[in-house]
Amino acid sequence: MAEAFELTDEMKAAIGSESAPWTYEVTTTSVRAFARGVGYTDPVYFDREAAHAAGYRDIPAPPTYLGTAVFIPGRSHDIFSGPVENQPSVHHGLENVLDGGTETEYFEQVCAGDTLTGVTRVASLDVRESKAIGKMLIATTEMTYTNQEGRKVAAQRSQVIFY
Amino acid sequence: MDAPTWETINEGDELPELHKTPTVTDLVRYSAGSGDFNPLHHDYDFPQSKAIGTIIVHGRYKYAAMGEMVSNWLQHGGRIRKISCQYRGMDFPDKPLVIQGRVASKSEDNGEKLVNLHLWTLNEDGKKTTPGWVTVVFPD
Repeated sequence: MAEAFELTDEMKAAIGSESAPWTYEVTTTSVRAFARGVGYTDPVYFDREAAHAAGYRDIPAPPTYLGTAVFIPGRSHDIFSGPVENQPSVHHGLENVLDGGTETEYFEQVCAGDTLTGVTRVASLDVRESKAIGKMLIATTEMTYTNQEGRKVAAQRSQVIFY
Repeated sequence: MDAPTWETINEGDELPELHKTPTVTDLVRYSAGSGDFNPLHHDYDFPQSKAIGTIIVHGRYKYAAMGEMVSNWLQHGGRIRKISCQYRGMDFPDKPLVIQGRVASKSEDNGEKLVNLHLWTLNEDGKKTTPGWVTVVFPD
């Protein structure tokens, strides 16, 4: 718990900053592993023929697939697996992290075979206080995903709580 | 059950529930599928787990379960335009978790047939730990 935590000018300066682009290959293996992880039994998320029969061009990424990492040692976070290279950073010094909320907006269906380019932007930083954990920093980031044809296919806003 | 269509959906309709009781192994499977290996979801000796008293279910596992519930209901007859949730309360492995929801509204906007859903996760104490909202687009 951080009793005296407050936003510094250095932290505020990170608001609006953007990451370098990161490439997300959406592969059949990755989509199946995610669908398995959630517990799907719908064959559309595992089998190409079932996906075609349901009207998809390939195995579709399940609704909350985006956020699934493409891990490269040394360039990705060892635990959370997302990119750490040229990412906006907020030096807050808080040790604990919890997810606050997630919103994904789709402009097009994402399917296996797509190659997406993701860019993350720090949308806002807020300090709030809760009874359970005291003062906390809520960082909201927005990630936009552009496909191999240059079209924006999705945007994901994430709130992460640090305390 | 037949897939829902724009014509058959009514405001207030309850969606078919999805029951989950994620085991530690299920959480490990979710970690592997998503890439989130935060020890808070598998290691009881991790300092944050010790401070909380146990490991907890990934917020995004619950988010994904909401997606699964809506996907099962739609049977690919409609497309999720937007899906969001807020992780307001923690959930724990080996505890029953029910994903419930209802049709909040139905509207046509710029010729698009839209249905808004309100979802939530219900824990064994009857608490809604994770409220969620989904917008579905139905084909013409």
